Amino acid sequence: MFDLSGLVNLPLIWYGLIITAVILYVILDGFDLGVGVLFPFAPSDRCRDRMMNSIAPFWDGNETWLVLGGGGLFAAFPLAYAILMPALYIPVTVMLLGLIFRGVAFEFRFKANTSKRIWDYAFHFGSLLASFMQGAIIGAAVQGVDVAGRRFAGGTFDWLNAYSIMTGVALIFGYALLGSTWVVMKTDGETQRWARKSASYVLGFVGIFLAVVSISMPMMNMDIRHLWFSTPNIYYLLPIPVATLALFILIWHGLHTGREFRPFFLSIGVFLSGYAGIGISLWPWIVPFAVTYRQAAAAPESQSLLLVGTVVMLPVVLGYTAYCYYIFRGKASHESAYG
Amino acid sequence: MLENVDPFLLSRIQFAFTVSFHILFPAFTIGLASWLAVLEWRWLKTGDAVYAEVYRMWVKIFAVTFGMGVVSGVVMSFQFGTNWSQFSDRAGNLLGPLLGYEVLTAFFLEASFLGVMLFGWGRVSPKMHFASTIIVALGTLLSAFWILSANSWMQTPQGFRVGENGLMVPTDWLEVIFNPSFPYRFAHMLVAAYLTCAFVVAGVGGYYLWRSRHVRHARVMFGMAMIMAVFVAPMQLVIGDFHGLNTLEHQPAKVAAMEGLWETQRGAPLNLFGWPDQDAETTRYAVEVPNLSSLILTHDPNGEVKGLKEWPREDRPPVAWVFWSFRAMVGVGMLMIATGIIALVLFIRKRLFDTRWFHLWCMAMTPAGFVAVLAGWFVTEIGRQPYIVYGVMRSVEAVTPMAGEPVLMSLTAFVFTYAFVFGAGTYYILRLIARGPSTEEPTYGSHGVDQPPLVTQLVKESGGKDV
Repeated sequence: MFDLSGLVNLPLIWYGLIITAVILYVILDGFDLGVGVLFPFAPSDRCRDRMMNSIAPFWDGNETWLVLGGGGLFAAFPLAYAILMPALYIPVTVMLLGLIFRGVAFEFRFKANTSKRIWDYAFHFGSLLASFMQGAIIGAAVQGVDVAGRRFAGGTFDWLNAYSIMTGVALIFGYALLGSTWVVMKTDGETQRWARKSASYVLGFVGIFLAVVSISMPMMNMDIRHLWFSTPNIYYLLPIPVATLALFILIWHGLHTGREFRPFFLSIGVFLSGYAGIGISLWPWIVPFAVTYRQAAAAPESQSLLLVGTVVMLPVVLGYTAYCYYIFRGKASHESAYG
Repeated sequence: MLENVDPFLLSRIQFAFTVSFHILFPAFTIGLASWLAVLEWRWLKTGDAVYAEVYRMWVKIFAVTFGMGVVSGVVMSFQFGTNWSQFSDRAGNLLGPLLGYEVLTAFFLEASFLGVMLFGWGRVSPKMHFASTIIVALGTLLSAFWILSANSWMQTPQGFRVGENGLMVPTDWLEVIFNPSFPYRFAHMLVAAYLTCAFVVAGVGGYYLWRSRHVRHARVMFGMAMIMAVFVAPMQLVIGDFHGLNTLEHQPAKVAAMEGLWETQRGAPLNLFGWPDQDAETTRYAVEVPNLSSLILTHDPNGEVKGLKEWPREDRPPVAWVFWSFRAMVGVGMLMIATGIIALVLFIRKRLFDTRWFHLWCMAMTPAGFVAVLAGWFVTEIGRQPYIVYGVMRSVEAVTPMAGEPVLMSLTAFVFTYAFVFGAGTYYILRLIARGPSTEEPTYGSHGVDQPPLVTQLVKESGGKDV
């Protein structure tokens, strides 16, 4: 039987791949969810049309990374999937409902006449709900999950508390930063001016929330505190918060000196560093503080088969995704000559 | 408050509801994507604008349908975990990689090139646009390949062993992927999808012909759809027969339920109609055709067919559901074949495009494919019960150990959301149909996205100068 476990550390590779899929999802769907979060605050319908046009060719591909994250977890770490999904039953379900409303809004909005306003709000509230729930899921996960044997042993509302609500709101602002800097990059004139202002405003909140999360996580968990603040770890890990601080300054600067591309890519940098911080804190757990990635690993035969497909297909997928972004480069227009 | 709600029953209803809704969209888009590729090929080949105009009308309908398929599909990929966590834990080693391959080989392909297909006119060359349409069509087929392989494995599992904690572990991937029922189910579903699309297109084309609107376009739609009805609908009967024989070999209890047959017997009759009574173990008011069941299933009028009493009561599927769904599917299939025959006769008599009653008939047949697809899936999925992995794991073992209330809440939310969202989608599709193909210059494709900037501009921007 086909098995690569003698050659490579399969669980570790898959842990890395799932982490990569999730961050790609967070960044890619993050900016189009962020556009949805900002949607009703745009100064005019022309701006809204433009914002929508700037993401319409991409949202479907972006959301596919979520399916890969979920499907990959199911394939490579079925035990983690079987524990986390029931633990997150309500936030996952509500996130899916949010994604339904915002996803159909793309097509419906351009087909609607009198009911256009309905789909504007479906897009906004769907994006808002999905963003909030994703943030709450992170907040719930870092607090640990109750597990007995191979099952989730907690209650339906274990995920809901002040901390997860805070992280939910935090992610809304985080996505809004990605979304507004995306709009800066993909538009000009009135829409861009508004997006610059929004981005500066949102940037402050993102900074506050990131600071709160960074301070609270080590306070909540002994191991995490030890990990970050013991020597020599602190010297190795210090570059992460320092780099994050530098990124904030550069984004601020970029937004106020007319840069069009830089704020967006630097915002991605903020997400990467925040993600790295959480990732390092949670290592090597896949169901935090209950199941490690090794314990949850699928059979080596299963991880091997999918690894071959991933090694072949992932570069191809990344290649044509880049090609599609290249085709739709440049500024989006407000004309909704759609249908 | 609601202490007696059963999470198992509710999870089953929720899965049945969401998956039934979801399958309607792929059933339509699989066929539509391939048809759009054919249309674009005809257009590039002949230069006849009528093909481009028909393409542009239907690509809008494709976009709406595909969008609804995507969002309802994302739901499916999480429900295995939320509601069927024990199944995910035990069968994840087998099904996870199959679904993973579906995402990697199909979903990304469809999603990325759909963008080019919808918004790429004028941004890419006509050849590249045509390639994108073909790639999207190919993506829908690949997606069907993997998901039907996974479903078929649940029907006819092989290539695995049961290890510790009851976990199923693969032993031979080729046996898993190409399990016994997969080739038949794959062929049956693909052809069903093509027919579903053909009858929708026939209904719309028939409507235009009947109203004498967009006649040139309508002739393309109606003519091409009728080619499918004439040639492919009878083909489906043959494929279905093979699929049935395969089911008889591997899941005889399902076939016994389809036939409403309780006693094992030689020369078994075919119950045309009747009322299967699960408790009394009999089919009431049966209208029988002697020996026909044996003839169909064993190709011998005196062949032996197993009845449901061969299996203990707790191992039998819900008979009435399977029995009636099967009749609905076959009945609709027969109407499709009849449509093809009528079309052929009218075509030979050169009356295909001006026989008004037949256009009305085809309008009535518009939803036929959806009905048949749903009924067929009811047969195969309910017929698999009480197992989730046939003969290996029971459905009741698969459900997440949880209270019923959250499932009741989520089910209610799904019902309202789907009713609202997909109701609106249907309304917009109907409006697109009412508007019909446009002969004006295409504006849809540009989607209001400006032409790409010159390279010099890009360099300037990425250089960071204020533009």
